[in-house]
Amino acid sequence: MANKKKTSPRVKKATVKKKVAAKATKPVTKKKVAAKPVAKKKAAPKAKPKAVVKKKVAAKVAKKTAVKKTAAKKTVAKKTTVKKVATKATVKKTATKVASKKSVASKKSVAKTQPKKVAAAKSAAPVAQQPRVVTRAAEPEVIGAGKTPRVITRGGAAAVQTKSGFPFTAEQIPNGVKEAAFLHSYRQSAWSHFESLPLPSTNDEAWRRTDIRQLKRSSMQIVDNLPSAQRGALPAIPAQLLKPLVGEGHGGQIVFGPGETTVTLSQDIANQGVVFTDFATAAAKHPDLLKKVLGNVVKPEEGKFAAMAGALAGRGALLYVPRGVQVEEPLHSLLWGPGAGLAYFSHILVWVEDGASVTYVHEAASPTISEQSMHAGIVELHVGSGANLRFVELQSWGEHMWNFTHERARVQKDGNLDWIFGALGSHLTKNFSEINLEGEGSLGRMSGFYFTDGDQHLDHDTQQNHMAAHTTSDLLFKGALEEKSRSVWQGMIYVAPGAQRTDGYQANRNLVLSKEARADSIPGLEILADDVRCTHGATVGKIDPDEYFYLLSRGIPPVEARRLIVKGFFDPIMERIPFEGVRQRFQQAIVQKMK
Amino acid sequence: MSQLEIRDLRVTVAGNEILKGLNLTIEQGKVHALMGPNGSGKSTLAYTLMGHPNYEVTGGEVWFKGQNILELEPDQRSHLGIFLAFQYPVAIPGVSVANFLRTALNAHRKAKDPEDKGMPIPEFRTLMKEKMDLLKMDHSFAGRYLNDGFSGGEKKRAEILQMAALNPEFAVLDETDSGLDIDALRNVAEGVQALRGPNFGALVITHYQRLLNYINPDVVHVMFDGRIVETGGPELALKLEAQGYDWVREAHGEAVISE
Repeated sequence: MANKKKTSPRVKKATVKKKVAAKATKPVTKKKVAAKPVAKKKAAPKAKPKAVVKKKVAAKVAKKTAVKKTAAKKTVAKKTTVKKVATKATVKKTATKVASKKSVASKKSVAKTQPKKVAAAKSAAPVAQQPRVVTRAAEPEVIGAGKTPRVITRGGAAAVQTKSGFPFTAEQIPNGVKEAAFLHSYRQSAWSHFESLPLPSTNDEAWRRTDIRQLKRSSMQIVDNLPSAQRGALPAIPAQLLKPLVGEGHGGQIVFGPGETTVTLSQDIANQGVVFTDFATAAAKHPDLLKKVLGNVVKPEEGKFAAMAGALAGRGALLYVPRGVQVEEPLHSLLWGPGAGLAYFSHILVWVEDGASVTYVHEAASPTISEQSMHAGIVELHVGSGANLRFVELQSWGEHMWNFTHERARVQKDGNLDWIFGALGSHLTKNFSEINLEGEGSLGRMSGFYFTDGDQHLDHDTQQNHMAAHTTSDLLFKGALEEKSRSVWQGMIYVAPGAQRTDGYQANRNLVLSKEARADSIPGLEILADDVRCTHGATVGKIDPDEYFYLLSRGIPPVEARRLIVKGFFDPIMERIPFEGVRQRFQQAIVQKMK
Repeated sequence: MSQLEIRDLRVTVAGNEILKGLNLTIEQGKVHALMGPNGSGKSTLAYTLMGHPNYEVTGGEVWFKGQNILELEPDQRSHLGIFLAFQYPVAIPGVSVANFLRTALNAHRKAKDPEDKGMPIPEFRTLMKEKMDLLKMDHSFAGRYLNDGFSGGEKKRAEILQMAALNPEFAVLDETDSGLDIDALRNVAEGVQALRGPNFGALVITHYQRLLNYINPDVVHVMFDGRIVETGGPELALKLEAQGYDWVREAHGEAVISE
């Protein structure tokens, strides 16, 4: 590949820490602010007493720099360690020079720069919304899936202010199982966060490259509130999507259709004590288990869409693997989300107890239509001590879908997570994926591939948190972009103080196939331990004309030559995916997207 | 009639005229050697025959099998039976030798018959093994990414392997002998010799006589300043080996100054 810009410094120990002020009691705030040369000018606030200046490299936009104000809890604990690091941080220092020119101007208060409407909503929220949630929760009416279909009327002006234009109401919170009070209170709590959190805007660093203003929020209707006749008329699930992507067959399958959810689980696996079912069943049959797992890894208050999904997810899956149980056959779930102007919410919970192991494939899909629809989802993964989880996520939404997900995995001592992301669909995706390596010796691997075309916009925001010593993370995301599509990858490796002997790796490689496509690639390191090995790299390239000519000279026609180069580009990531079905699906997508 | 006929070919690279009215005819089934000092335009001729976009043809024609191939795309020239063994083969990361060759072979089949479903895999495997054995290559070669991390000798062997598999009617070998040790040179030359026959013509570009010891050319040309300036039998190559190019420069250098 011809790499236009390439940055892959090997950073052994790298943090430049400015003078640490004595004020350890400063509020814990963590914020990433990247300066862009063309960014609107912001008022420069007073210099903060504490700032870890951290390198961020944008492969597409030159001189992309970042300033990170790090939480007191992260920096104060090991001052001596950090200072020691600073003396060795040669790579960081050069980056700092660039950063310092722009960074001062770019430091900004997120709250201040919010659009006024949103800021107002935020400040009004605690007063205006808290009582409303309570009163509505008390209403006896239950909207069960398919039971009481009704057309939802659009929210009025007041609703627009408090819910950022989404017409959803607290009455729509799923409440099918009376005995699971904890579930309902979780959802009520999530709802209040949904109401109080501002809609993300491009003033928020995490959303700076992903603009969601064109999402027709007010016309979104929760699919479960469609009359059942309308739901029944939605396109059925193609048989192909129900076929196993991994191995010979499924050990179990959950299919979330627009109308109903079906669950199957082999008797052998059920006999092992494995629970693999939807939320409603879990709440009825395994309430203690669901209570233990729910909201444990991802908090609804982490974002507007996390809160939305937490409150409204009518499509929830729980996978629980008891201690020491090895599930041989892979499990599969499919979220099928057809239709126009519909909102789908999902919540995936995976809890693998100590010493257990399982492979789980989850796919979200829909046919492409012209009108918008949306999905918000939460994924929570827990990998116990010495446990193994292989989690494959395929995002095959139609190219009209606006997709927002908050996902996090926690890995305990000597646990092993192999997390695979395949993203081919959606109009716009904002995905937060995070690995917390909490136990010593834990290993987290994230392998992502994406291929965009048309006007697709995929934004993957990854974080590898090394919270304990001897942890290893390995991230490789590769993407190709056709037509006018755009991708954003921003990744961060964080090494906590004391997390010595960690090995962190992150790489993002992009192949831009069209002049109008654009890939932004922004790796980041924040290392607060002094005996670590962290490497990152980001490249944005295009098809090498010499490679292309070489293939043509052998009689391979232009379209096929391009495909072959793209397939070759993805081969390293395909090698990380030992599932023939997943690979085949992706190869088909390459053929479809490169006509 | 698959003779290759180059008429008054003029080619410009980045604004500089490199080929200045080149004429050359290679009859069907004949192997011609092309020699000449560095910068005389030998590689430019090779790339131009294959249709590299950086080489701008400003005049002339190249006829092969009743077509002016300069009007064809590179892949169409390949389908017509032309092959270029690159001086610097390009690495294609992520694409194995076998996958690449199968794609190329199937593209050729499809060009002949749009309904073709591709070569059956067992047939392809047999073909691969046969050609690899011919070039004394280890079979594990087929699984490696094409030219990616190959040694100089491996790259050249891979070129000849492709040529053997695609079975062209006319091949240009652009300094295929450069960077090869004696054993590799012999292997590669034997591979070329194995293809020789009434339906295989070639233009062998080389600096050295030693390759021509294995591949006995029917005709030897000397190229200088964008033109063919001397043509003779194998003895011409021996003369060059013994005397170098000074006599060529003396005899034809005037042309350079006059332009």
